[in-house]
Amino acid sequence: MRFRQAIVAAMTDEMKADESVIFFGEDVAAAEGPFKTSEGLLDTFGPIRVRDTPISEMAFTGAAVGAAMMGMRPVIEIMFMEFLGVALDQLVTEGAKMHYLSHGEYSVPMVVRASCGSGLGFGSQHSQTLENWVAATPGLKVVQPSDAQSAYSLLRAAIQDNNPVMFLEPRILYAERGEVDTSLTMTIGEARVLQEGSDITVVSLGNMVSVAREAIAESGISAELIDLATLVPWDRQTVLTSVKKTGRLIVVEESPWSGGWGSEIISYATAQAFSALKCAPVRITAPDVPVPYNGTLEARYVPTSSNVAAALTLAVNKNEISQPWWITEGAN
Amino acid sequence: MSTSIERRLELKGNDLACYERMLEIREFERRTNLLFAAGEIRGTTHLCVGEEALNLGLATVLNPDDVISATYRSHGIALAFGLSSHSVMAEIMGKSTGCAGGVGGSMHMCDSSVGLLPTSAIIGGGMPIAAGAALAFQIQKKENVAVAYFGDAATNIGAFHESMNLAAIWKLPVIFVINNNVYGEYTRINLSTPIEDLHIRAESYAMPHAKVDGMDIYAVQDAMQEAIDRARRGDGPTLVEAKTYRFSGHSRADQALYRPEGELAMWEKRDPILLTEQALTKKGLLDEAMIEQLKAKAAEIVDAAIIQAQNDPEPTVKDMFSNIYSSQKVG
Repeated sequence: MRFRQAIVAAMTDEMKADESVIFFGEDVAAAEGPFKTSEGLLDTFGPIRVRDTPISEMAFTGAAVGAAMMGMRPVIEIMFMEFLGVALDQLVTEGAKMHYLSHGEYSVPMVVRASCGSGLGFGSQHSQTLENWVAATPGLKVVQPSDAQSAYSLLRAAIQDNNPVMFLEPRILYAERGEVDTSLTMTIGEARVLQEGSDITVVSLGNMVSVAREAIAESGISAELIDLATLVPWDRQTVLTSVKKTGRLIVVEESPWSGGWGSEIISYATAQAFSALKCAPVRITAPDVPVPYNGTLEARYVPTSSNVAAALTLAVNKNEISQPWWITEGAN
Repeated sequence: MSTSIERRLELKGNDLACYERMLEIREFERRTNLLFAAGEIRGTTHLCVGEEALNLGLATVLNPDDVISATYRSHGIALAFGLSSHSVMAEIMGKSTGCAGGVGGSMHMCDSSVGLLPTSAIIGGGMPIAAGAALAFQIQKKENVAVAYFGDAATNIGAFHESMNLAAIWKLPVIFVINNNVYGEYTRINLSTPIEDLHIRAESYAMPHAKVDGMDIYAVQDAMQEAIDRARRGDGPTLVEAKTYRFSGHSRADQALYRPEGELAMWEKRDPILLTEQALTKKGLLDEAMIEQLKAKAAEIVDAAIIQAQNDPEPTVKDMFSNIYSSQKVG
């Protein structure tokens, strides 16, 4: 099934399993979501549990927090992750703190689904990844699927979790097809080793997982591919075990060069596996620019498999790290 | 030692008990101020002197299984809702026996047993949450209501308008209560807002609204009862504006020197405790001797709470790492 259908399937199965699961957001009920991620949900579960909201992210994000504290398990959709900007207080400063500030008396079992990422020509304000906005907030969990299977399994895990979970959906993947085994579960906080290899560890997330996979194939390098799947709390053990085995590390992320989560991964792995490293770890990112609209420029913005393949080859064959393309090309 | 619920329920229909609780709040704030001045409490604090009638008015018409989202000006609302002076003072002092285990502090009171949601230090932050709690009650077919309790300045924040709109279209059992104490932080309301009566903003959302004398506990009870009845009937939200006055500055650091001369003195004539005393005396429930006796009793309660809290243990480092995530599993 398609990635977006896997989301619908996970929503359907959770709403059938637990009547406290409710769903609301902009255009999600009657219109079934602008990305068709809620197809059939209104018909199946009715207008009490599946609701269209006004364009009021702050109100409906906070309403999810309050409903969750009173025993519901709300799932909300932020159509484009950028729209979370106007509601960040409710998620980060209210929702993520309620368990702590109530001495454990209240819990906030809610899921914020949001589409993210570039590649569709939506311009600077509808193409960002922005997981770094929420990654430094204790009290929140952050997950990002990379294919239809992980979309299904991670969304079910997120809805079953008793905490606020940010569920980020790379919007370029919505139409992608993949096998989905609905009996397969995934655990929040556990990365997936998608491919075993001996010479370098490749850590990626979301849409960058398939870019990394292609790069490994193009380069012919024996690389271990890790889909982080959960950004908070990230799977330190799986990454560290792999880096100690391969002696090299490359992180591929769609977010800008500065302030990204990849630096966190590299910082930890370097400190903990310093003596095992054969060369400096490498970060492949987007440049520090807003996402451009022009198709050619947008294609350059996002890391490509050839960027990653070149970096893999240089690291494994020469123990050297590649510079970002905008440096070597003198673009900036 | 009575529980929060017991302390809450003893107020119901007992005007004298409400008066005593108002005295306790007033004394609690007086002592809190002194403790801050003496450097015995760190951080900041926001006193609610002048708002006791509103606090008690809300606590007496809501049931313990209704909920309220309130603000960082939290001591009075917490005491009115049933928390003990010890629980609140221990929290202000950051002790492990405080209502949030000492990790919250003065701005963050909470007690789920009496429906006090964690009070928010973000102006307007609690309004969407109250709307959401009301949504849960509606879906669960419960008769409970939620109250969003906030200050006058919060009516200029987006969360106010978004939450009012959402509550109106979904007919949520929520009551929005403006504590119009004339000042938003250091700024007088007329300098930040083009209208005097804030409750008329409900007109934009086709929502019933009312204005009430927030210094008069009985007027607050009547106005709130009407709004609560409406919500419980399924007829949706109400906006209630209570006119009060903040007798103190915004926070510990603020001496409120920006107030027009004579304003405080004028409002002190309408001190909610004074008004309650007059009403109860008129009813024959109170006389001079009793007033003195009850004030002494309040002082004793607060004094004992302070001594107890001072001697309570600090939280441990392990407590810092507790309750960040709920580990509870579904089902």
